[in-house]
Amino acid sequence: MTSLLRGCLRALTMLALSLLCVLPTAWAEENVGVDLMAQLQQFKDGSFDDKARIVAALESSGDERAIAILKSLLAGVLYYRKDDERVVIVKESDDAYQLTDVLNGESLGEAERRDVKKIPINNALRGQLRGALARLSLSHKNPAVRLEAVKEIIKDIDADSVPLLREALTKETDDKVLEAMRTGVAMMDVGSDDKAVRLTAIENLGDTLLPEARQHLQALVEPGGVSDADIRFAAAQALAQIESRRQVYDFLETVFFGLSLGSVLLLAAIGLAITFGVMGVINMAHGELMMLGAYTTYVVQLLMPNHIEYSLLVAVPAAFLVAGLTGIAIERGVIRFLYGRPLETLLATFGISLLLQQAVRSVFSPLNRSVETPAWMSGSLEINSALALTYNRLYIILFSLLVFVALLLILKKTSLGLQVRAVAQNRDMARAMGIRTQWVDALTFGLGSGIAGVAGVALSQLTNVGPNLGQAYIIDSFMVVVFGGVGNLWGTLVGALSLGVVNKFLEPWSGAVLAKILVLIFIILFIQKRPRGLFPQKGRAAEG
Amino acid sequence: MPNKGLLLRILEHDTGGKIFLSLLAVAAVLVSVLNLTVPEASALHVSTYTVTLLGKYLCYALLAVALDLVWGYCGILSLGHAAFFALGGYCMGMYLMRQIGERGVYGNPELPDFMVFLNWTELPWYWFGFDQFWFAMLMVVLVPGVLALVFGWFAFRSRVTGVYLSIITQALTFALMLAFFRNEMGFGGNNGLTDFKEILGFNLQSDATRVGLFLMSALTLAVAYFVARYVVNSKLGRVVVAVRDAEDRARFIGYKVESFKLWIFVFSAMLAGIAGALYVPQVGIINPSEFSPLNSIELVVWVAVGGRGTLYGALLGALLVNFAKTYFTGALPEVWLFALGALFVVVTLFLPHGLVGLLKRRRKKAALKEAPT
Repeated sequence: MTSLLRGCLRALTMLALSLLCVLPTAWAEENVGVDLMAQLQQFKDGSFDDKARIVAALESSGDERAIAILKSLLAGVLYYRKDDERVVIVKESDDAYQLTDVLNGESLGEAERRDVKKIPINNALRGQLRGALARLSLSHKNPAVRLEAVKEIIKDIDADSVPLLREALTKETDDKVLEAMRTGVAMMDVGSDDKAVRLTAIENLGDTLLPEARQHLQALVEPGGVSDADIRFAAAQALAQIESRRQVYDFLETVFFGLSLGSVLLLAAIGLAITFGVMGVINMAHGELMMLGAYTTYVVQLLMPNHIEYSLLVAVPAAFLVAGLTGIAIERGVIRFLYGRPLETLLATFGISLLLQQAVRSVFSPLNRSVETPAWMSGSLEINSALALTYNRLYIILFSLLVFVALLLILKKTSLGLQVRAVAQNRDMARAMGIRTQWVDALTFGLGSGIAGVAGVALSQLTNVGPNLGQAYIIDSFMVVVFGGVGNLWGTLVGALSLGVVNKFLEPWSGAVLAKILVLIFIILFIQKRPRGLFPQKGRAAEG
Repeated sequence: MPNKGLLLRILEHDTGGKIFLSLLAVAAVLVSVLNLTVPEASALHVSTYTVTLLGKYLCYALLAVALDLVWGYCGILSLGHAAFFALGGYCMGMYLMRQIGERGVYGNPELPDFMVFLNWTELPWYWFGFDQFWFAMLMVVLVPGVLALVFGWFAFRSRVTGVYLSIITQALTFALMLAFFRNEMGFGGNNGLTDFKEILGFNLQSDATRVGLFLMSALTLAVAYFVARYVVNSKLGRVVVAVRDAEDRARFIGYKVESFKLWIFVFSAMLAGIAGALYVPQVGIINPSEFSPLNSIELVVWVAVGGRGTLYGALLGALLVNFAKTYFTGALPEVWLFALGALFVVVTLFLPHGLVGLLKRRRKKAALKEAPT
């Protein structure tokens, strides 16, 4: 009941939002609005027959808001205010009633229980409302709404709704909605008396991936399901067809999860590939720089609580700056005294990582902080009912590739990149040619650290933001760099994505923890064979 | 009782070692006597808590000596020594678990409590034999030793060196930690092994047993120190140092560098295992967090603070840092990680040879001043 109510409210807010966007058209519809208003007023004291008439009028009015109004009427949340007789939608919270205007979605504040009165409906009206709602949503302009409506009907399909579907089927143009509608009809036809109809229905069901279709087919094949051998056989075949298609989509889904894990690894490792690969510096504080990036996101969201949608756009450059400057400070303050002593660098940066962790614990708290996900990143892209790609993972894959390309361009096309590569290949010679190596070192380290910060922004959308955030990724990212080959960004890309995919494929077979262990063992064995990774650096510099 | 002449010969030119071992002997006797004979009301009484704490420090010191062998003398910075320590500890823990017998919460004579809890009906094969003390002790050195052998054989043979090796060892201990966290592994999962009752029939809660364990730790540490000193003074030890300073040159001269590295690595892992085995009955618990990479790297800082490549420096560092840790975590818990982090930075930047190196430099300066030029 509450979920229905929430659903109504969500629909209404969405409606309100879309109305806001199309203000000019709303202006033109003012007349209809007045008309609606007048009809709504009759709701409150008309007889049930009157109401039925109004519902029918609303249905045929073609007004966008009709669906929301009817839905809330059905859900029993449509009230009117006693003092000005305004029709409102009510949301109960604690003791008070939250009122929303039914026509424009404007919030009208709270009210006492006695200030409002519910608009009563009876069973006949409920039936009519359901039918009207189904018809309205099935002929809605937006295919997504239509699809949702069909799915709703399919969930518990009955003989009454089939004619509705059949009728809508003739007018439908969208492929996905068509598929769902056919499935719905087929689900009823499977139970028909005519064998030919049944067989076609089974065939239709075999073409879809909706879970309900599978349940219906399963019921046929089960012992005691159906006696006719032909139908049994057809159903079994249809099931096998569904099964094999599902497997393909499951495979694709795993690949997607693997790629998304891989892109997180890529983001985490790519900064490391610069500091470790190009400069030969082991930065154990790399994970903590990622953590700083994640906390920057948190702070940015605290600073702009009303613009969460844009917070990430602000957080990315902010995190780059925060982590990058911290990185430069680390390089200038500690690492530059330790060049040529990699083991000492490792220990010193580990100390720095402890300092950063404890600093964050003192400033924020040892507890995890929650970073909000903007609306445009939540939800998922449904390819079909067996495969849905969540937007946040999709964006992170795109984002990591973007960062990768940007970094590649910086290293290959800018003068800084040229100097960085020169210093990496031969420090003394580069200095002899007039490159300020110290300056290049600081900037390179800053760049690598900044990218760690940016990775932190991405991570804040996937996991909890806490002081230990970085630790979880540091070993994995080192593995990626070692696996891909030091000093080679392409190696890091291939390494990260393949490790991510392999991890996700092992997971269902062996469990998440064991998958991780297996991957670690694999890498340990792998560098036996190729100690310099997948794509070793060539030339004299590699011998060091 | 080993020949006294031999012992002294081993410690020749090792002033630091002599001082430390004498202090250790005096402290061991003094602490035990003050705990067992002086009444509790007396100001001179050393509480059993302190005895156990000191025993714990001694185990850490032994672990530090083990790491100093590979890092200080062979240049292999292992970030996985806590794993060997924990493996030794688990072997001991398994023995102690089997000793509980019917006194567990579920009263099962065969199965430890956590297995009953997981509805296991019989003991996994790798738990067999651990009811025998000698077998458990054998495993304490064999399990870490074999792991080090296999891992080292792979790593050294393919010439994985320097930071690569460090990171791989860290990955190893991380993988082991993840593995031991799993209940299916049959090592108590998250909670590890605990609730021990007795060792070789002695009650683990009694003062006398605690003091006995403390003395055992002191004795083991002394013996291990002698052996380690003997090893580094031997011809093998010298080759190992040569490998540290110029690996390629040692190889070109004709030494089989991999074998030397492997030997010292395995020996060190065994020492770490023994340290773990002594540690577990004193603290009364072993769980997967002992594998955590932070532990291994903290261990590295003990050795770095004391001064690597001296053995006694490692001892000193382990005792000092752990004393500081106990003090800080009690008095100012937030400060400890700051202090530890700063310690890493300060030691690597300003004290590359640790406190021992600082003392040596002082003495050298003083000698230079005194000497007429």
